[in-house]
Amino acid sequence: MALRMSVDMAAIRARHPHHFGGSGRSRQLAVATGVAAALLLLFGMGQLGFFGGTFLAGLGKLGEIAGLMLPPDPGDWAHVRLYLLSLVETVAIALLGTLAAAVLAGPLALLAAKNVMTARIMHFLARRSLDTIRSVDILIWALIWINVVGLGPFAGVLAIMTSDIGNFGKLFSEAIEAADRKPREGIVAAGGGAVLGIRFGILPEVFPVLASQVLYFFESNTRSATIIGIVGAGGLGLHLAEAIRTLELQQASFIILTILIAVAAIDVVSNQLRFALIGRRGRLA
Amino acid sequence: MASPVVQLPDAQLRPLLAAYDASVRERRWNTLLFGLCLVVAVALSSVSAEVSLGKLFGNIGNFTSYIGRLFHLESGAPVWTDPVEWYWGLARWLRLLAETLLMAYVGTALGAIGAFFLCFLAAANVSPRPWLRLAVRRFCELCRTVPELVFALMFVIAFGLGPMAGVLAVAIHTLGALGKLFAEVVENIDMKPVEGITATGAHWTTAMRYGALPQTLSNFVSYTLLRFEINVRGATVMGFVGAGGIGMDLVEAIRKFYYSDVSAILLLIVITVSVIDTLTGVVRHRLIGLEERR
Repeated sequence: MALRMSVDMAAIRARHPHHFGGSGRSRQLAVATGVAAALLLLFGMGQLGFFGGTFLAGLGKLGEIAGLMLPPDPGDWAHVRLYLLSLVETVAIALLGTLAAAVLAGPLALLAAKNVMTARIMHFLARRSLDTIRSVDILIWALIWINVVGLGPFAGVLAIMTSDIGNFGKLFSEAIEAADRKPREGIVAAGGGAVLGIRFGILPEVFPVLASQVLYFFESNTRSATIIGIVGAGGLGLHLAEAIRTLELQQASFIILTILIAVAAIDVVSNQLRFALIGRRGRLA
Repeated sequence: MASPVVQLPDAQLRPLLAAYDASVRERRWNTLLFGLCLVVAVALSSVSAEVSLGKLFGNIGNFTSYIGRLFHLESGAPVWTDPVEWYWGLARWLRLLAETLLMAYVGTALGAIGAFFLCFLAAANVSPRPWLRLAVRRFCELCRTVPELVFALMFVIAFGLGPMAGVLAVAIHTLGALGKLFAEVVENIDMKPVEGITATGAHWTTAMRYGALPQTLSNFVSYTLLRFEINVRGATVMGFVGAGGIGMDLVEAIRKFYYSDVSAILLLIVITVSVIDTLTGVVRHRLIGLEERR
């Protein structure tokens, strides 16, 4: 039972030209961009050696490595103890780095916020220096701090602190700029100074936002703290890099598993905390 | 001077004041308790992380002098007096920088393509099978929780030293991160077009292509560009583990104390990253503008 009607496309096209035409130029532009992006991708893959034999050979080897990683096995209890201690160290690095960055970024964010810092040049300078800090990766900061305080977790704390000052400074200043300016104007109009205006006019409003950002970064910094060990700045990364380089792959996968569990646990805890913070104060806002 | 404010009689006022005091006291106690917990946590962490402020302040001179030395040539002259000597390796660094950008681009593109195909399976509203959705979600989680550098370390063993390991590490991480974001975009679409197409008896892929995709494409592109920005930064350190890009020269310069090289390469990286940030920012704002006009 062929109920299928023959569709007169030409007639439909004539009746609803705006559905078919697209907007000629923008459509061509989109297609051209897509083609250019695909060509660049192919060119890049060629340049980086994807089309030689190495890629396929590597895939085979990767499968072999994945096989060697299973099952995760720490070796003996001494290793478990060592890894757990480093895990604590990693979390400690993340906590201290994040807190220190949050404390130091506060004043900087005030400088970089348009509505607090009315002098344009100061605001511009603060913004640019925060951008500069952000564009340097955390591992580079770790290497620089190792030169100052030596190898060890303290360099990691300082590295996380430095790179997060950039992140927090940007996020905090955006939160401050988004704050309602009326409470502050009211306080200034009632005779309060600039400091009181910030303390009672801006801080109560932005605090929950800032706190939840700090918690979020604590999570992501736990992840970062696991890799700064690769350059010698403390934490689990040192053992992980060592295990991978010496091809102790079962130990490596045990460490990765530990990291995954720890990150998931911190995720749950900080979600609860964030909920408590926003839930309690969000209702007032 | 009579106050114009009407005052409640004392007897009525007292319980109110007491209740207010009690609620304030409770909040203060909570804050104090939280602060105390934080102080204890910080103290314990400081022990574990071997924090020593003495060492920091004792060596802070090192930091400033290190920064100072970064901007002086071997001969002792400030770097800006002799830019040619400062950027003696410009040709090589620019080549490595181009390689870094290409790594970030290819990694982002491959990851985004993978995420594009996975996201429709992972989105709660359009996913064909619940178990498939769960599996894809877990897979994306795994890809983004394991740090890029760890993938890079393993890929260096499999694929050998060089940019390919870096590209794949970037791609895997991007796949995880974008897979989640894309799936969230798909979960926020208007379901009516999809339902309409499904009602005509069309296959799932057709429904996705003509019902879901047109609503999501600009968001996909915007998130991909954002990820590209992040990946450019990430690709600069891939060289630290031998996975290609400018990181190789940078880590060598830092470790071997070639001070002026460090500042030269860092400056190149900062400039490149901010140029990329600005460019993608412009494109993303235009895309958001397009979205709002619709």
